[in-house]
Amino acid sequence: MDLGEINPVLLVASLMVAATPLLLAAIGELVVEKAGVLNLGVEGMMIVGAISGFAISVETGSPWLGFVAAAIGGAVLSLLFVLLTQVALANQVASGLALTLFGLGFSALLGQSYVGIKPPSMGDIHIPVISDIPVIGPILFQHDPILYVGIALTAAVWATLKYTRVGLILRAVGENHDAAHALGYKVIKIRIMAILFGGACAGLGGAYISLIRVPQWTEGMTAGVGWIALALVVFASWKPWRALLGAYLFGGITVLQLNLQAAGVAIPVEYLAMSPYIITILVLVILSADKSSAPASLGRTFHASH
Amino acid sequence: MIVLEKRPQPSKAWSYATPLVAVLATMVFGGILFALLGKNPIEAIGTIFWEPLFGEFAFYYRPQLLVKGAPLVLIAIGLSLGFRAGIWNIGAEGQYIMGAIFGAGAGLAFYPLDAFYIFPIMVIAGAFGGWLWAMIPAFLKVRFGTNEILVSLMLVYVAEQMLASVSLGLLKNPEGFGFPGSRNLQSYDSAHNAELIAGSGMHWGVVAALIAVIFAYVLLNRHMLGFHIRLTGEAPRAAKFAGVNPARLILFCLGLSGALAGLAGMFEVTGPSGVVSIDFNVGYGFTAIIVAFLGRLHPVGILLAGGLMALTYIGGEIAQSQLGLPAAAIQVFQGMLLFFLLAFDLLTNYRIRAAQSEVA
Repeated sequence: MDLGEINPVLLVASLMVAATPLLLAAIGELVVEKAGVLNLGVEGMMIVGAISGFAISVETGSPWLGFVAAAIGGAVLSLLFVLLTQVALANQVASGLALTLFGLGFSALLGQSYVGIKPPSMGDIHIPVISDIPVIGPILFQHDPILYVGIALTAAVWATLKYTRVGLILRAVGENHDAAHALGYKVIKIRIMAILFGGACAGLGGAYISLIRVPQWTEGMTAGVGWIALALVVFASWKPWRALLGAYLFGGITVLQLNLQAAGVAIPVEYLAMSPYIITILVLVILSADKSSAPASLGRTFHASH
Repeated sequence: MIVLEKRPQPSKAWSYATPLVAVLATMVFGGILFALLGKNPIEAIGTIFWEPLFGEFAFYYRPQLLVKGAPLVLIAIGLSLGFRAGIWNIGAEGQYIMGAIFGAGAGLAFYPLDAFYIFPIMVIAGAFGGWLWAMIPAFLKVRFGTNEILVSLMLVYVAEQMLASVSLGLLKNPEGFGFPGSRNLQSYDSAHNAELIAGSGMHWGVVAALIAVIFAYVLLNRHMLGFHIRLTGEAPRAAKFAGVNPARLILFCLGLSGALAGLAGMFEVTGPSGVVSIDFNVGYGFTAIIVAFLGRLHPVGILLAGGLMALTYIGGEIAQSQLGLPAAAIQVFQGMLLFFLLAFDLLTNYRIRAAQSEVA
């Protein structure tokens, strides 16, 4: 065992990379839940995003096109959730589970011929001067562009929800859909947009895993990240910046346990590998006492009878 | 323009018809999927649904129906009780794994002793393992109000790591030449969940599944507790006024579904599978969710749905070897089934009407 081998600068830098898929998926789901919809299909949308992004970037050689395809892939899958919950008025919990089960199978089917291939690399942004600052440079300014997209998205969602009319309407729909409907807002339409946005974000998060974090394609490679993202939204009390904080916390745990595995700590690998899931449960327990910030209409089906 | 009009009562006819319509729609769209994969759709669907029952080698496949169907039915029966009351245990896969570990562990502790009481002890240990694993989300939900969906799901990943740990360590076969995995329980008579009638596929797990179906039917239709479960799901406010104790219901539903999933895992590991190994679980815990919904959360429906799902597993394997259909295609096929089921359920609760133009 040699803990001295763990480089703290590299650790923090890779923490941000590990946190980004979680952050992207959680921000998307946060918007969906703010609109009063509980989409448990995050894992399914992520894995479909992971494979569509991977396939397109391998075929075209452009990781950028890959990410675009991943967002579209995630959104298309979420369209199925729209059909089930907003058009066919099905139970949201069951529909979300269906989405995940279907997504896992569908991605495995699409990904058969992509196992063992290396995707084109996106490359890191290298800004002269600030990237070369010791410690801070490698931690903050030497990452891939999508990582910054994630942070920018967090800021954008926060500002939109807090300061714009669109954000206010979205929150109104999530808090009380009957009242929002009575005011003349198109509840279903707004929810559909939110779900599609969530799907696109989850797709991006999935592609981040398959194109940047790992980078290769294996079946079921998201390994529960989508579910942790769902827990993260609860952790964040539906607040974007707290989602960022939570994502970095979970990213940190993931990276730390991987580093400890590599350093050969006396704890068996399996126990280290289960730690992120156990910590998720612990965090949920600590935070579940306060449910006041949950959108009041979360998970309820809306059907306008008049 | 088409509008939906909520039915005052869910339609009985549609509630029976939707699973059939969903299966048909899945066959059609599954056929399209298979055609896109370059296979003859009619041949593929035929292979999946016909071959295991009436094909040339049906004598071999028919018993497999029981072997694959039993764990699905056993788990789905437990899940359905919770689902009816709005208690979502989606971590049955983890409880299944823990049941297998506990059950096999209890048996292996006696090795190489031969005694009649070993197998019953293993059955109890298996059920206890699943129950224990399900009590974690149940307790956290009752005590702290933690979301049982996320906790039970997280515990699946924890259980998978536990499985890896014991098959490389605690339960590893000491005479296994260093390979991962436990001793083969099939060659340890006292612990072997053997076929009750040779060649029939009928093992104790199948018996347990049938008992569970009857038990659930009686519970739901003839017992106060079953009534409370249905009441909580259908009219939560009425349940509150009727004095239903939600904590008790959560502990019961999660605990029972965990114990049944644990039993399923235990019967699987001591019988058809035989060995505790890293890849011992094949996702029955998740497929059982589809079975529960396909069976309309009704015990008899689940029995039929479990049979159908087992058929797609076996037929899928045949299609894999004969037509080269990818394994994932069957997974998609099963996922599609749940989609169509949920979508067509609309017809049970709503009437579709052409909208009349009205003056605002």
